[in-house]
Amino acid sequence: MELLKLIGVLIVIIGFVLKKDTIATVVIAGVVTGLVARMPIIEILNTLGSSFITQRTATLFVLTLPIIGISERYGLKDKAVDFIKKAKAATSGRIISLYLAIRALAAAFSLRLGGHPQFVRPLINPMAQAAYVAKHGPADEKTEDMIKGFSAAGENFGNFFAQNVFMGASGTLLIVSTLNGQGYDVNALQIAMMSIPVAVIAVLVGFGHNVLLDRTLAKSAIKGGE
Amino acid sequence: MTTNVAIAEFFYCIIALIFLLVGVKALRDKDHPKRISTALFWFILAFTFSIGPYLPAWITGVCVLAIAALTAANRVVQSKSDVPTEEQSRSHADKIGYKIFIPALTLAFVAVLAATFLPFGANNAIGISAAVALAVTYALTKAPAKSAVVDGTRLMDNVGPVGILPQLLAALGALFTAAGVGTVIAKGVSVLIPEGSRLIAVAVYCVGMALFTIIMGNGFAAFSVITVGIGIPFLIMQGANPVVVGALGLTAGYCGTLLTPMAANFNIMPAALLETKNKYVIIQSQARVALVMLGLHIILMYILAF
Repeated sequence: MELLKLIGVLIVIIGFVLKKDTIATVVIAGVVTGLVARMPIIEILNTLGSSFITQRTATLFVLTLPIIGISERYGLKDKAVDFIKKAKAATSGRIISLYLAIRALAAAFSLRLGGHPQFVRPLINPMAQAAYVAKHGPADEKTEDMIKGFSAAGENFGNFFAQNVFMGASGTLLIVSTLNGQGYDVNALQIAMMSIPVAVIAVLVGFGHNVLLDRTLAKSAIKGGE
Repeated sequence: MTTNVAIAEFFYCIIALIFLLVGVKALRDKDHPKRISTALFWFILAFTFSIGPYLPAWITGVCVLAIAALTAANRVVQSKSDVPTEEQSRSHADKIGYKIFIPALTLAFVAVLAATFLPFGANNAIGISAAVALAVTYALTKAPAKSAVVDGTRLMDNVGPVGILPQLLAALGALFTAAGVGTVIAKGVSVLIPEGSRLIAVAVYCVGMALFTIIMGNGFAAFSVITVGIGIPFLIMQGANPVVVGALGLTAGYCGTLLTPMAANFNIMPAALLETKNKYVIIQSQARVALVMLGLHIILMYILAF
């Protein structure tokens, strides 16, 4: 039964979809895969243990936590907020674009800005909403929702596509240790460098997307006004 | 043991020390309802990172089962941390100013420099950059000596057990390969990919990554499965550059993250936080960009990998 070997993949899917504990899901998937492949228990434990030891690379990001932690205590986030507040962007789209650029840079330099709760809700969304009101007058519910959606999207674009540019990011280290585990000799510097094109492209695509937002907002404001 | 391995083991011991201190923090938290089991989780982890390599591998295997059992039973919970107050970080920020970005910049730049110019390898470069950046941080902030412990354990506890997920997934990928899971997936997928068609292979890999991420809500988990099943047999073994396949593969998965309510902490919880009327408005705002980015990933991987 070849297909039976896929049971581990199935367990991973079900575990994640049902939001079961991720660590336990992954470990169970591994053990069951071993059992189905008729590996003896001791052999499964040996494989699990030795691959866990060799894949410690993926957890090297822990070494950067004390630095980021102290920087936070000494005003890292406060200064990021100061910087964004100084911006004089005239439209909602431009404010979100500015934040996208800053968020991407921050992710590339390992800064953990804390995204939605610490920047989007208290800062970016209110600024983008205010820019709309200043230009077009009061916003209806649908417009408000659209600006909220784009504000949050800016955070996700910058965070997702730029984070692997940092050598010590957990995604970068996952790629390295997965490929090393399969016998391919790649390192974190190579992966980080190869992640730069996508980071730059994502920021540019996001800019374009926000330009479209401004156009849509201007159009619907005219329609709403008439 | 070569010098580079010895340096690596030294850094793993530092990580073990951080784990140990997170455990101690839990033990000291008298009001913590699950302090013993939480501490046990971090102590076992510290044990595997420091002493694990010198013992028979099955012992670490048993440790992995133990930490999985602890998290499955929901026995690992954050303990009380010394969280900086708003006034505290504000007054420091006003004193130090934009220089507070220097430690993080040091971390990134020194890692690249050390990996490029020092003979200790790219993995050790991360540890070296952390050491340099920590010295810079202390010089800049004049923080008390205990800060590295207080703030390091605070963030580690904040990340929580999920922090070791990438490591476990990479280990799972290795186990899948050993058990021949990749071969089975590859056989199924080979129906989709005509012999020698690199572009279609790239497209199947990138779209597969995004689809798996949409289903599971987690790009990391998709990465280990799809890379073992599709990326290696149909791309890397056909001559594609593994660096390109790996780096673009994970971000292709993130295009899926933008599209799925399964990734609740990025797409659904923030909508609640922003009090939107439509709870899917973030996904809707992201959909066009996600699809464009996925298309660009396919083109970019095709150009760069071969």
